[in-house]
This record gives sequence, C-alpha cells and structure tokens, in this order.
Amino acid sequence: MEGNFDILLQQVLNGLVLGSIYALVALGYTMVYGIIGLINFAHGEVVMVGAMVTISVLSMLAGMGFAPGILTLLLAIMVAAAVCMLMAQGMEKFAYRPLRKAPRLTPLILAIGISIALQNLAMMIWGRGYKTFPEVVETRPIEVFGATVTNVQMSIMIISVVIMLGLWLLVDKTRLGKAMRATAQNQEVAGLMGININRVISATFLIGAGLGAIAGVMRAVNYGQADAYMGLLLGLKAFSAAVLGGIGNLFGAMAGGLLLGLIESLAAGYTGHLTGGFLGANYQDIFAFAVLILVLLFRPNGLMGERQADRA
Amino acid sequence: MNKNNRGLTALAALMATLIGAGTANAADTQLVRIGFAGPLTGPSAHQGLDVEHGVSIAIEEANQQQLKLGDKVAQFKLVSEDDVADPRTGTAVAQRLVDSKVAVVIGHYNSGTSIPTSKIYADAGIPQISPSATNPALTRQGIKTVFRVVNDDATLGRYAGNYLVKTLQAQRIAIFDDRTAYGQGLADEVTKAVKAAGGNVVVREYTNDKSTDFNAILTTAKSQKVDAVFFAALDYQAAPMAKQMKNLGLKARFMNIGNLPNDEFKKMAGSAAEGVYAWNYGTPLLEMPKGAAFEQKLKAKFGTGVVQSSPAAYDATWAAITAMVKAQSADPAVYLPVLKSESYEGVTGTIAFDEFGNLKSPAATVFQFADGGWKTLSVERD
Repeated sequence: MEGNFDILLQQVLNGLVLGSIYALVALGYTMVYGIIGLINFAHGEVVMVGAMVTISVLSMLAGMGFAPGILTLLLAIMVAAAVCMLMAQGMEKFAYRPLRKAPRLTPLILAIGISIALQNLAMMIWGRGYKTFPEVVETRPIEVFGATVTNVQMSIMIISVVIMLGLWLLVDKTRLGKAMRATAQNQEVAGLMGININRVISATFLIGAGLGAIAGVMRAVNYGQADAYMGLLLGLKAFSAAVLGGIGNLFGAMAGGLLLGLIESLAAGYTGHLTGGFLGANYQDIFAFAVLILVLLFRPNGLMGERQADRA
Repeated sequence: MNKNNRGLTALAALMATLIGAGTANAADTQLVRIGFAGPLTGPSAHQGLDVEHGVSIAIEEANQQQLKLGDKVAQFKLVSEDDVADPRTGTAVAQRLVDSKVAVVIGHYNSGTSIPTSKIYADAGIPQISPSATNPALTRQGIKTVFRVVNDDATLGRYAGNYLVKTLQAQRIAIFDDRTAYGQGLADEVTKAVKAAGGNVVVREYTNDKSTDFNAILTTAKSQKVDAVFFAALDYQAAPMAKQMKNLGLKARFMNIGNLPNDEFKKMAGSAAEGVYAWNYGTPLLEMPKGAAFEQKLKAKFGTGVVQSSPAAYDATWAAITAMVKAQSADPAVYLPVLKSESYEGVTGTIAFDEFGNLKSPAATVFQFADGGWKTLSVERD
C-alpha cells in the first residue's frame, strides 16, 4: 500500500522542491569555496536577510497602497538581492580580503562570527518571532499523475533550473567565467595574466549572494514565513549538499542539493513504515547526514569533486 | 567553582546590604521579587512575552494597592529570565532566580523546561506556578512546591480524542507531534483516547520543533486515506502544515492543540486557516469572568492583546500575592501552606489547587476557524 506509484511520485516531487532550494544555496557555498577555498558560513544568513528584506519591502509597498502581486514581488526580490549583494560585497572587501593570505582557519572563524552577528542584527531589526510572508500569488494545486504540486512549487523548480543553466553558461562561456576559472586554478598566475583577481572574487561573492537571496525568498514563499534563525539550518543543509556533491564543483552543488532534498523526503516518508514505527520521520536529518558520511568515506571529495592534491 | 560561589555570595551580601540601606530610608517598604521564566527569544518568543505581560500587569496592580506584609508595604518587582524554551538554559536560569531570592516563580512556559527546573525550585523551597506547562508529569513528581493554573494534557487529550471520534465521526486518524515533551505527551493521550472511543489511528508520525516542511508525513497520511489529522505543536508549525495539507489536496479535518487559536496563526496560514479546529486550555477570553477588561488593560499597556497564557499568568501572580498577603509574609515557607489551600477568583475563573498542585475544576474549549475568525464550538468540563 505504501508502494503506490502516486505516493512515491509525490514524495519525489516534495524532495525536488526542497532540493532546488538547497541547490541554490549550495551554489553560493561552492562558488566561494571553489575560488578562494573559504567556507563562507555567513552565507546562510545572507539567505535569511534576502527573505526578510523581501517581506519588509512587500509590506512597505502594501502600506503605500500597492496590492501584493507578481510585480511587487519582483520589485521586492530585486531590492532584497541588491541588499544581499551589497552585504556580501562588504563582507568580502572588509573582512575576508584582508585575511586572504592568513591561515585558513582564521577566515573560517571570522565567517562563523559574521554569521552570529548577522543573526542577532536581524533579530534587532525584524524582531525575534516569525514574520509572515504575504500571500502574493494564489497557490493552486496542479495534478501530475496522481501527485499534487502547487503552482508556487512548480515555479520554484523551474526558476531553479533556469538559474542553474544560466550560471553554467556564465562560468563556461563568458569572459568573466573564464577569469573565474583561472582565478580558481591559480590566483597569482591569473593575476600575472592581467586578470583583476579582486574584481573576480567580488563578482563570485555577488553572484552567490544574489542566488542566496532568491533561494531565501523561495523558501519564505513556500512555507509562508521567515525568521532570524532560518539561515542556520538551511545553511548547514546546503553546505552539506555542497560537500555531498563535491565542494568547489558547480554541478556537484546542484546534484548534491537535489539529492539531499530527495533523501530527506523519502526518508521522512518511508522510515516509519520500513522500521515498523520504531523510527519516525523525525529521523530524516539523521538519514541525510548518514548518506553524507557514507559518500565521504568512499569518495572523500564528494560525488563529483575532483582530487585537489594542491589544496589539501 | 567554589571560589566563584564565594565571590558571588559576597557580592549578593553586599548588594543586600546596599538595598537594605536604600529601603530603610524610603519608609517601611519590603522588596518582594517575583520571578518569571519563559522563552523571550526564539520561535515561541511571542508566547513567553505574553506570559511576561500578564505577570507585570498583576505586579503593577499589586503595587498600586500598597499591600501590607506585616507592618511594611510590599514593593513587588519582576525578575524576568529568558529560558529560550531550552531545558539546559532553563535550569541555569532557574538557579539564577533562586540566587536572586525570588518569592515565587511564574513559569516556565514549556513543560520541557518546567519539569527539570521544578527540582531546583523545590530544593530552594520556592513555589513555582506555571501558567502553561500542561504535561501531566509535572505535578506527578511528588513535589510540594509545584502548581499550575491550566489543565493538564491527560484531560485535554481525552477531550480531543473523544471529540474527534464521537462528535466529528472521524474513523481514520493521523496523529503527529513535534517530539517535544509537550507535543509527545499530548499526542500520546489523544492516541489513547481515540482508541478508547473506537477510532483508528492509522498514521502516528513525528517531526521536530524546528521543521516547517511536513510534505513527507502528510503524503504518508494521504496514502492512508485519513479523514482527520491531529497535530500537537505550536502555531508556527501548525500554519505551514495547514497550508501543505491544502496544497497536497489532503481533504481531512485538521485539529490542533498547541497555542491556537490566535491571530498569528490566521496571518501565517492565510486561506488555509479556514475550517481548522483548535483546542485551548480554559474558557474563551470573552467568556471569562473579567476577560474583556483584562484584554483592554493588556492592549493599553503593551499594544498587543492576549496571545494565550497572559490571563493565566496574571492569575498565577495574583494567587501568589494573595497568599502572601493572607500569610502576612513573602517567605515561601510561611505562605506556601496558604497558597495550597486558598481559593482566588481570577480572570480565568476560580484558582484553587488539588493536593497535586493541579487546578480543581479545569475547563477546555474547542474552536473552529470560520469566516475569518475563531468561533467557539464547545466548552468541555469533567
């Protein structure tokens, strides 16, 4: 009875929606790591700020008499993305750049510090409780072979795929992308070849923050709420997704995010049944992290990670 | 450790002297500290704040009345502590309240924090009155200093389970909880009651108190063709669950026990709020003897109305103060016996305790959200 195809499909769809958001956030981690070898633990908070700013702008616009709709949402997202990018730019320029030559532990600890500071700052600005995301678009269920997704969830998946494709084109086909890849391989040599490394690294942070802001909004729209702590667990999961896929690898982050979403959803849906009620859906995170540990045992660089002998 | 403690004791002694010196001049007043502990940060911050509001209004009123303890005028003072709804932080905060020599503790908000801290207060002999901790275990520990002004989950769970099966005629029921001491205890009681009433619990699943994604367990419920979903968790999780049920096309009645019905839920759940059933402790605010007046006072002072537990917190505070005045002492050892036997007419009804510290005649109410607001369906009482 649990093996019904429509139920399985439903769980897979649930997982893909969850996974697309993880993937977008994971890209932010993996891009920065790929280029300067830093795990930017403050990225989760960038995602949170993206969601919070969007809510603020939306309620401000509503207060000015603009009814919430697609247009106001787009405007709010643009403001949020700009704020997040500015924040990431500031972080990179004033915090990480002076420490670029420092031992790797130093910027890592700094990142954790920034993360805590941003969380508390957000609590001061937006309060300690939950913020409600206004119902901008009416959610309508769509039937797919007996399973149900809403128009919002469908858009989340489609927008994620489009953004990921765009990012791949950017990195693979454009001059900036080439410069990014060169900087990732060897900063000094890239600099000698006339690439402005500082600008390339800045651009990486900017793109990551923009993706993060969008992911934050997606999460807030999907669950109808956001709070100052939302970046913590989401960031941790996305970071795990990036590591699962092979940190530093764009496709790894995408695959890792989707995979993590799927594992979580399927584990939550079937654990109780498979263990005869001994373990419940609350163990979903344990399954996700158990898979992560297993993958790392056999492939220490993640599913798609390349061996990086020079950067151990 | 030891050195530190000695330092603290010395500091406390010094402060006591300073305060003593200060009040000696300010005519014969006696400072009585009233402790409050609950979550003031985190997802249930608005709930903790609500309790704090109730306590501070009671304190303000008591101070205006210039109540006398012996020959001195009592000056009540709120000592507020944030336990973050976390048992570990809770015990640390409880120790801090004991060290600052509070006469009574109103709290904690959660059962998960109230139970471990009750031992600390018991050792210090300080009465603890929770306005909201409903886990049956709290008053079954044989501790003499613990009280609550709310009905426990065993009663509420029985009411809810019966109502699902007998009144709503639900046959296949899914029961979820957030795996906190609160949610789990409650869901277990509902499960028992449903089975006793002849209903079937076809899905019994859990989540944690941080998750907002319940699609997986709801899909499982859908595959089992449930006709009712019961969820023991607070508003910030009940709202997304209601939404996700609607999105998944799971057409079952949704019943919650947590902290609904409130306006937060309405905002968070949007159109998915329609039709949701919610149980609450006690009687509805407007049916309480002095409910409307209390709501007005709260709004005037803090700008927000009752979220859930502020009337109970107000009553808990006044029950303690009344006992102190009757005993003519703020010394817990002196006024505790009075608190145990007194009967006080509060906002929520008669506050009188049985031998375990539970309310003598607790009531519970079931609401349904319809046409943009919460409507009272029925008030249940034993």
